[in-house]
Amino acid sequence: MLKLSRNEKFAHTTIYLLLILLTLAFLIPFIIVFSTSFISDAEFARRGGYVLYPEAFSTGAYDILFGRSKVILNAYGVTLFRVVVGTGFNLAFTITMAYALAKRDLPGRVPLTIFVFITMVFSGGLIPRFLLVDALGLRNTLWSMVFPGLINAWNMLIMRNFFMSLPEELFDAAIVDGASPPTVLLRIVLPLSMPVIATIGLFYAVWHWNSWFDAAIYIDKSHLKPMQIILRSLLETTNMQGLEELAFIEDPPPAASLRSALIIVSTVPVLFIYPFVQRYFVKGIMIGGIKG
Amino acid sequence: MTARSSMMPNNRYSPPATSDGKWRRLLKRIWFYRFYYLLALPGILYFIIFHYLPMIGIVIAFKDISPFGGVTGIIEAPWVGLKHFNRFFNSIFFWNVIENTVVISGLKIIFGFPAPIIFALMLNEVFRVKFKRFVQTVSYLPHFISWVVTTGLVTALVATSGGLFTEFLNELTGERWTFLTNPDQFRGILTLTHVWKTIGWSSILYLAAMSAIDPALYEAAAIDGANRYQMARHITIPSIAFVITILFIFEIGNLLDAGFEQILLLYSPAVYSVSDIIDTYVYREGLLGLKYSFAAAVGLFKGVMAFLFLIAANTLANRLGQPGLW
Repeated sequence: MLKLSRNEKFAHTTIYLLLILLTLAFLIPFIIVFSTSFISDAEFARRGGYVLYPEAFSTGAYDILFGRSKVILNAYGVTLFRVVVGTGFNLAFTITMAYALAKRDLPGRVPLTIFVFITMVFSGGLIPRFLLVDALGLRNTLWSMVFPGLINAWNMLIMRNFFMSLPEELFDAAIVDGASPPTVLLRIVLPLSMPVIATIGLFYAVWHWNSWFDAAIYIDKSHLKPMQIILRSLLETTNMQGLEELAFIEDPPPAASLRSALIIVSTVPVLFIYPFVQRYFVKGIMIGGIKG
Repeated sequence: MTARSSMMPNNRYSPPATSDGKWRRLLKRIWFYRFYYLLALPGILYFIIFHYLPMIGIVIAFKDISPFGGVTGIIEAPWVGLKHFNRFFNSIFFWNVIENTVVISGLKIIFGFPAPIIFALMLNEVFRVKFKRFVQTVSYLPHFISWVVTTGLVTALVATSGGLFTEFLNELTGERWTFLTNPDQFRGILTLTHVWKTIGWSSILYLAAMSAIDPALYEAAAIDGANRYQMARHITIPSIAFVITILFIFEIGNLLDAGFEQILLLYSPAVYSVSDIIDTYVYREGLLGLKYSFAAAVGLFKGVMAFLFLIAANTLANRLGQPGLW
């Protein structure tokens, strides 16, 4: 153990205290919405808003979200579609292109990489992108949340760098032994690349789970709206009036607790998964940070 | 040496050498790698359709398109030159959105950039591994939360009516606090939320750079009688200086991205004067006001400026002897 002077001990105590305060700052907002999601109308009226802890547990808000409203389950379905199908498409497109660009002697490899890189530093902007999705007939389809973001150039380059780090002799040996290039990809490269595929897949999945702006501009039909959009419209309204879809109940729970419940419902999967996946993410940005 | 490997002397997957002309040889090589081009094709098509077509679509900034004309409407629309750009430069909103974009971005850099460095330096002083890991894990949490949820959390704390912190302050001071609709406080809320969401995640690269420092340096310093503060000052910070430089240059390169989603979700007409940035302005004028050509012009202006910033930042990086983006 290190020997610390009195000054250093004081500094260390301060640092620990600051870190504890910071940790609380990260957690308290979640504790507040968690508690508020359980308060009843009466308690809300009495205490005047969001609370740090509920005095009595009422599950009214959750009853509505899951029991009496189809909107939430439907939105969950749309989000699940995005995450599963969308991520699948993302990975298929990203892996294939990254693998091609990782081939060192491929004629045209450098121009192709620049072709991708240009899209990272310059874009047509919001309006042309919107008009394009409209012209392609993708508006008000689930695909409007999948196709426009098929490949994230950054993720693709991370994956390319990973493929390039694999020893090329390995593939050459397999080819010499009579394996075709597709066999090499499927049998040798993909099994070896599972860590990076998992990492990039998680990047895409979390992105799909959390996105809302694309759905906000491309989707008007309520049965195609993902979770984040429903949450957004619930947060926007200051009273229950805007919540027609949810407010067909005689005595609704307070808007604040309904909002909080929806925040919890749309966050819980992430809360449970992220402590386990964050190390992959950390690895991912480390790979991305090392340029190839 | 086996017979097989002597037939393929360098033992590599590459096209056989021939004595053909230059072009024939290139064609043969391309044919040899056909499988790889086939693999790249879907991705190439994706980038052409969803990234290069919108770049061509930028022409609408120089035309007068009607919102309901479709593709033929875009082609047939009359050319109007720089009309939309002139309108934007001369509009009363121009300096307002530019100022908001740069000021909000600047505030986020001033507070948001040093925060993860300080956070990482503090974590570096923690020797209880479990505590350190716990703090780190918790600090990553905001990164995984959507902006919509983050907005919900902000509301829970500082909503004008019912926000926990607002009500607490109201009780304490006897005044009515309005954070989200008060032009004096709104940028503060934006900055604070930004720091909250990014501090943990941004500290990763610094912590990684710190973990690469040779422990012998600290030991030697300890023998020389250095205290922890001096070690941080003379060992840790110089060792992570290159990461700091690179990340700072990227921040400058992204100066015009002041946080579109965050602001769009949190702002309201009451605070437009201090929070309407280029991106939100484009969104409102274009997608809500259906002034496609005008909004595209504003968007193009931002795209070109951002591109120039990036080039400047990259040049600066190279001048400082750091590897930039290219």
